Amino acid sequence: MKKLVILGAGTSGTMMANHLHDKLPKDWSLTIVDKDETHYYQPGFLFIPFDIYKPKQVKKSIDQFIPKNVELIHSAIDRVDKDADQVLLKNGNVIDYDLLIIATGTNIEPSEIQGMDGPEWHKSIFDFYTFEGAKNLRNKLREWEGGKLVVHIAEMPIKCPVAPLEFSFLADSFFINKDMRDKVEITYVTPMDGAFTKPKASKELGYLLEEKNISIVPNFNIEKVDYENNKIVDYGGKEVEYDLLVTVPTNMGDPMVERSGFGDDLNFVPTDKATLQSKVKENIFVIGDATNIPASKAGSVAHFEAEILTDNILRYIDGQPLKEEFDGHANCFIETGHGKALLIDFNYSTEPVTGTFPLPGVGPLRLLKESHMNHMGKLAFRWIYWNMLIKGRHIPFVSSTMSTSGKDLEEVEA
Amino acid sequence: MGDKVYAGINCNVDDNGYLTDFNQWNKEVGAAIAQEEGIDMTDDHWKVVDYIQTQYKNEVPLTIRKIGKSGVVDIKTFYALFPDGPLKKASRISGIPKPVSCI
Repeated sequence: MKKLVILGAGTSGTMMANHLHDKLPKDWSLTIVDKDETHYYQPGFLFIPFDIYKPKQVKKSIDQFIPKNVELIHSAIDRVDKDADQVLLKNGNVIDYDLLIIATGTNIEPSEIQGMDGPEWHKSIFDFYTFEGAKNLRNKLREWEGGKLVVHIAEMPIKCPVAPLEFSFLADSFFINKDMRDKVEITYVTPMDGAFTKPKASKELGYLLEEKNISIVPNFNIEKVDYENNKIVDYGGKEVEYDLLVTVPTNMGDPMVERSGFGDDLNFVPTDKATLQSKVKENIFVIGDATNIPASKAGSVAHFEAEILTDNILRYIDGQPLKEEFDGHANCFIETGHGKALLIDFNYSTEPVTGTFPLPGVGPLRLLKESHMNHMGKLAFRWIYWNMLIKGRHIPFVSSTMSTSGKDLEEVEA
Repeated sequence: MGDKVYAGINCNVDDNGYLTDFNQWNKEVGAAIAQEEGIDMTDDHWKVVDYIQTQYKNEVPLTIRKIGKSGVVDIKTFYALFPDGPLKKASRISGIPKPVSCI
């Protein structure tokens, strides 16, 4: 019997287990390892601070999404011994593998920034990228009486790069609805040179921040949080004061990757961006946030990668050349507040543009424009996630590589 | 999109003044772009440019952290060499695209 082992039962790992369990040759077994019991719908974390989703709506048990003929091991992972083709578990057990898929994702690491992870963490400094962070921030916002709200990105890359922008927009709506918008100053602080960095998006969406009275501090590379004086300080000496700091801390791959000795400086695994084979060893493949490929770290990217990786795993087993097919395709709803959202569709070489999706010329969703329909799409997506996406079912009309039909590409260079 | 002459070479640049064809870059072009940014290039500047270009050629995404850990320069010095938006300015002088996010 040969053995395929998947590390991580989050969005990517669960999708791969569902794709592969009935496609592997008969002499292959499939094992998946995760330390946690709970599968979180991570896009839902954004809505928890504003009481739009209840915490129980974004969590289910991992077990219910793993097919019966897949072995599920609940254990933390110590490291991969790539030379011995073995996974060493924290519980002392060792798993031999013939083929390995790393799907261990990315985590926030507030301790990377001086003063962030100190006595004010989850008191006046919050994240919303964890279940606990989102819940604690909800409790804070329920009683907060206003002041300076700073929404902040520590450094790139981060999971779902648009989430902090969505948070700012939803905060504007939230405080208007609570009839206290005049008591809140919202500032968006980013290490990039603007909230929007691509030409088309800047042109189409530049109005949003001004319309919502959100000020922006660009090119801010944080050195430390001065929590005693309620301000963040950048390496150039710039300072921004806050009463409530909502930050996206440094994102890093799992420490397991570092212990295995093959991560980059942020613990992401060097990966071929078209085949998803690792550059570590030919029998190790990588998917989702765990890779270092220049695509967005987002569930939608993992979804498109999963379809191509499934093909490539089967080709590898069969001794055929791998398909160099992954094009960096991402498709994301972006909440803009007041019951509206945007939709963007892009890949490695094509920036987000205007147009219709998924049916060319028809829609019903419109790209790079605010609409209520897009917002309904975002809310409907939670059902699609639990019932189709992580179960590996194909979503109609949406292909794993990006389609150019229905897109206004005339001014865009590849 | 447009053309701009740096050090006697006709270069293609994007709306933000970044070269769109790395092959058009040479040290004189880099120095001329640096002048526009108000920077007089020294050996320390060129060491950073050399590091950035090597990373770019290997398709390794650049971050301030990565440059700080490179052994070429620490983050404070990087700021001192390329004040106010060091990664942006150093990328432009190195002839590589502006660092961007997904939108």
